[in-house]
Amino acid sequence: MSTIPKKKLLTGPILQSAVKDSFMKLNPVTLMKNPVMFVVEIGTIVVLMMVLAPGYFHTEDSIGFNITVFLILLVTVLFANFAEALAEGRGKAQADTLKKTKQDISANKLVGGAVKIVSSSDLRKGDIVVISQGELIPGDGEVIEGLASVDESAITGESAPVIKEAGGDFNSVTGGTRVVSDQIKVRITSDPGESFLDRMISLVEGAKRQKTPNEIALNTLLISLTIIFLIVVVTLRPIAAYLNVDLEIPVLIALLVCLIPTTIGGLLSAIGIAGMDRVTQFNVLAMSGKAVEAAGDINTMILDKTGTITFGNRMASEFVPVGNENEAELAGWAAVSSLKDETPEGRSVIELIKKQGHPYQAVLAEEAEIIEFRAETRMSGLDLKDGRKVRKGAVDSMKRWVSSQGGQIPDNLDKRSNEIAGKGGTPLAVAVDDRIFGLIYLKDTVKPGMKERFDELRKMGIKTIMCTGDNPLTAATIAAEAGVDGFIAESTPENKIEVIRREQQEGKLVAMTGDGTNDAPALAQADVGLAMNSGTSAAKEAANMVDLDSDPSKIIEVVAIGKQLLMTRGALTTFSIANDIAKYFAIIPAMFTLAIPEMEVLNVMGLGSPSSAIISALIFNAIIIPLLIPLAMRGVSYKPMSSVKLLRRNIFIYGFGGVLVPFLGIKLIDMLVSIWI
Amino acid sequence: MGIVQIAAVIVILLLLVKPVGTYLYHVFSNEPSRTDRIFGGFERGIFKLSGLKNREGMTWKGYAISFLGTNIVLVAFSYLFLRLQGALPMNPNGTGGMEQSLTFNTVISFMTNTNLQHYSGETGLSYFSQMAVITMMMFTSAASGFSVAVAFVRGITGRDTVGNFFEDFVKSITRIFLPLALLVTLVLVALQVPQTLQPSLHVTTLEGGSQQIAIGPVASLESIKHLGTNGGGFFGANSAHPFENPSPLTNVIEILSMWTLPASLPYMYGLFAKNKRQGWMIFSAMMTLFVLLLGLNYYAETAGNPAINAMGIDASQGSMEGKEVRFGIAQSSLFTAVTTAATTGSVNNMHDTLTPLGSITPLSLMMLNNVFGGKGVGLVNMLMYAILGVFLCGLMVGRTPEFLGRKIEAREMKLIAIAILIHPLIILAPTAAAFLTELGKGSISNPGFHGMTQVLYEFTSSAANNGSGFEGLADNTTFWNVLTGIVMLLGRYVSIIAMLAVAGSMIRKKPVPETIGTFRTDNGLFTGILIGTVLIIGALTFLPVVVLGPVAEYLTLR
Repeated sequence: MSTIPKKKLLTGPILQSAVKDSFMKLNPVTLMKNPVMFVVEIGTIVVLMMVLAPGYFHTEDSIGFNITVFLILLVTVLFANFAEALAEGRGKAQADTLKKTKQDISANKLVGGAVKIVSSSDLRKGDIVVISQGELIPGDGEVIEGLASVDESAITGESAPVIKEAGGDFNSVTGGTRVVSDQIKVRITSDPGESFLDRMISLVEGAKRQKTPNEIALNTLLISLTIIFLIVVVTLRPIAAYLNVDLEIPVLIALLVCLIPTTIGGLLSAIGIAGMDRVTQFNVLAMSGKAVEAAGDINTMILDKTGTITFGNRMASEFVPVGNENEAELAGWAAVSSLKDETPEGRSVIELIKKQGHPYQAVLAEEAEIIEFRAETRMSGLDLKDGRKVRKGAVDSMKRWVSSQGGQIPDNLDKRSNEIAGKGGTPLAVAVDDRIFGLIYLKDTVKPGMKERFDELRKMGIKTIMCTGDNPLTAATIAAEAGVDGFIAESTPENKIEVIRREQQEGKLVAMTGDGTNDAPALAQADVGLAMNSGTSAAKEAANMVDLDSDPSKIIEVVAIGKQLLMTRGALTTFSIANDIAKYFAIIPAMFTLAIPEMEVLNVMGLGSPSSAIISALIFNAIIIPLLIPLAMRGVSYKPMSSVKLLRRNIFIYGFGGVLVPFLGIKLIDMLVSIWI
Repeated sequence: MGIVQIAAVIVILLLLVKPVGTYLYHVFSNEPSRTDRIFGGFERGIFKLSGLKNREGMTWKGYAISFLGTNIVLVAFSYLFLRLQGALPMNPNGTGGMEQSLTFNTVISFMTNTNLQHYSGETGLSYFSQMAVITMMMFTSAASGFSVAVAFVRGITGRDTVGNFFEDFVKSITRIFLPLALLVTLVLVALQVPQTLQPSLHVTTLEGGSQQIAIGPVASLESIKHLGTNGGGFFGANSAHPFENPSPLTNVIEILSMWTLPASLPYMYGLFAKNKRQGWMIFSAMMTLFVLLLGLNYYAETAGNPAINAMGIDASQGSMEGKEVRFGIAQSSLFTAVTTAATTGSVNNMHDTLTPLGSITPLSLMMLNNVFGGKGVGLVNMLMYAILGVFLCGLMVGRTPEFLGRKIEAREMKLIAIAILIHPLIILAPTAAAFLTELGKGSISNPGFHGMTQVLYEFTSSAANNGSGFEGLADNTTFWNVLTGIVMLLGRYVSIIAMLAVAGSMIRKKPVPETIGTFRTDNGLFTGILIGTVLIIGALTFLPVVVLGPVAEYLTLR
């Protein structure tokens, strides 16, 4: 999780607006959405009435106590509101930056061959606009003509421009980004208000935030617990009255508020918003909280080999001489052939030689004629000044080239090249005129750290499946090297859907990444589909998450964030409910001791007096909410491990902690409170 | 010695759990088994007569409707029989028809497997009523509860359907309750429990006075009373009466009769779940809670009444007030714990005269209503707490909660919310209501903390469908008959229907395969979580009233 940029939790303006919002949220109509806190607010109002009209309620004697209870209750609601406002505030700040991007842009709309300048808000789906160097792209669309580099930093935060061109998988552009070179023609694909930027703003603002299924279920439980304790408290008064134990209404309200799950009730929506926010901070845009939750439940992850597991470009990893040639000479000529080769493969040859320390004659390349790689010849190299021709290329092409000049093909060339292919590599033959020196072993390299990550995933119970267009042999080699659990060789997009369906049939939840239009159906079928921002708009439309950095391996972190969100919710729920034990032990003896002095024995915490006990429990109940805000926002710490270990650890911290902490907390607060009472 | 007696009974129970649980599984798995040869023909006859040739699996709604419908029909007949018993045959003692509100209460009481008795069997019922209403309902209510539990287990363990109510109902009776009842009856008769249709005996005492000694078909009722965790005694004194429970040996037989079936159900559940450990974990949680509460009662009763001890009276026997000398503290204490845990409600000692701390045991066991529990309901309730525990703690492994591979979502939580709400509601609300009216307050024989406990006990017993009385409450009035009747109805049917709906909802879900990342429900850690959930959600709710009742009484007595 270290890759997540640590942003400051609190900044001045966010804090200020959160404080303001926590008062705004006192409005009972909005608070109704949070039934637990709503009950607290009703209690607050009842106590307030007793403070304001003590004569009517005959509460003149306990006015000081009632004022204290009222204030603590009010603060409890405010704290809960503050937690939610704070979580929302971070999203709002981000949305504000985005809104600045979404200014009104003037667009060059093509109308019947002529360019007409219109406002971006007048653009509709299907309109065609021309954007030149330095101009902002007026809306989401697809490049239909031209190639341009586009600065997308407004959305992705990544300053290096990306290339967008007509056709293929890199044709989608986003409104609000800037063309930094060349000119493109774009067909607009979204109406105003529905653009990617609009959606992004509403997502980070949390304006359209819907409760996730698990939140709804948890809320149901919290509401029923609230009702149960309401029953307990309401029935307690007549029962106690029969025993001549007179229970004051504010005391009963205090008991109620302490028992209902205010801690989790106050933090629940903050946890959800913060979880979404963590995904956003990570530059992944989740279309719904449901998707983040589903990420935590993933059983199977389908990963593309190229770009996700491996770097994608093949790198030279070894020189294999053939016939009677030696490695040093082979390396020397390989270097010469690659000196002017700017492809990643070519550069990797030079790097390998430098690493191995072989000498080579760089002078030879000077003034030599460069032979570019062509699809027909499948080779590249140099024609030297002295007339020698240096080439490297696909083995069979090179064999033909050498034979045509009357050269001999070394006996073991085929054998060696097959060995390389068998290991999943690509052999490149190196020749000078009619003499073949040997092979360059090009290898698709697994990104560093992938094996460890797959191990972690395995520990979490997640199966990884690698998809690749390679032949089964190559696929198996890479799969073994990367340590994935399974692979599909020569896979097509249809294969992916099949695999997803098959896994889903077994009840598993599947995550996958993709960027091309032909990935779209699979992205839609998957429970978590992460599309690359560089991908086509069809892919982005179908997915439920978009990675703004276009780094497919981030899906692994997204799963971790999903799990962390669920764990945070579970940990705070357990903590909140476990708190009740101590609160009972604080309040119950206090309530009854006046009428039944023998109850003092139950005051196991040795709290100062009945009123100080009740007030201390209430204060603890209120203060624990802001104390847990950082945890709710940051999430509980998470290391991949088996569920049994994870549970044991979390039960220990949040379950037992939840039982013990309030005993200590209430006792400490009581010692302070007792000074005044 | 007392502890040895208790331990011996627990060991026998432990030995019985596996064979009985396996037998129950074979009865309800509906796969061919050896028992078919014994019972198959008889059952086919019954199915043929009742037109149930194809006993297809039902939806949960179909199951619930069949269950309710059957119960309603039985209630209707029983109501008529009791009201008209004076004119019906087999009435040698000439007992008249039963009063309206008492009939209402009695019929509900027996149909809901509560067996709260506001009448006295010797004088209030004809032999016909004892057999056609009381004994019949003891079989059918137990079979109904058993069937529901099996349906629930089928649902959450992902069988094709929740099963066929009528088939389960018939099989419960033919393969479980009838043969066992026959066996236990014969053993009890051998141990001197009366079984006759003769009228009450008229005897002349030594002083020359005349005495009526009630007898009747006691043994047959006694056996099903315990096997079906019913609890309604033939005599008002219930199992404390020497004809119902003549010796320590019959006492142990009765304890095991009511305890073995509920205690074997978790094992049966483990077999249904194809993971016996699942069953044992549930069993361990039940046993742990049971031993804790039994220990409290045994300790309190052995220690005796502090007020009496303070008077210098010999307390070496413990608090024997209201207990039978032939049972002593250990056998009374164990009976009290088992009868309230298994929600039987028979008593072999007066619960009203338990020491204050000792009375917390029966109260708590009924408030929890999931420590073994009666005829299936206990298992269903415990599994509900298991689902709740999974829901609360399952998130902590970073996955949305799953129980036996099925996701627990909003729908299940709503239904479970109903079930966990109804129990405290129907205990606390009527208790409070009773104290608000003269009708309720007037019946209390022993004002103060103890009187509060009397009322609380009455409703707790009704809500948990236990039926034992704290007694000491003048409860045969319209107020009590109607109010406890309603509580019994709600206590039985609301949660059963909610839990059947949970089963129906779980059965439709596609199971998620278990991986190393799955929350495990078959290890000791989960047993701990389960006990914690039961205590925090189930028990803390009742802490204030328990503190005001027994705890306050104890503290003021010292």
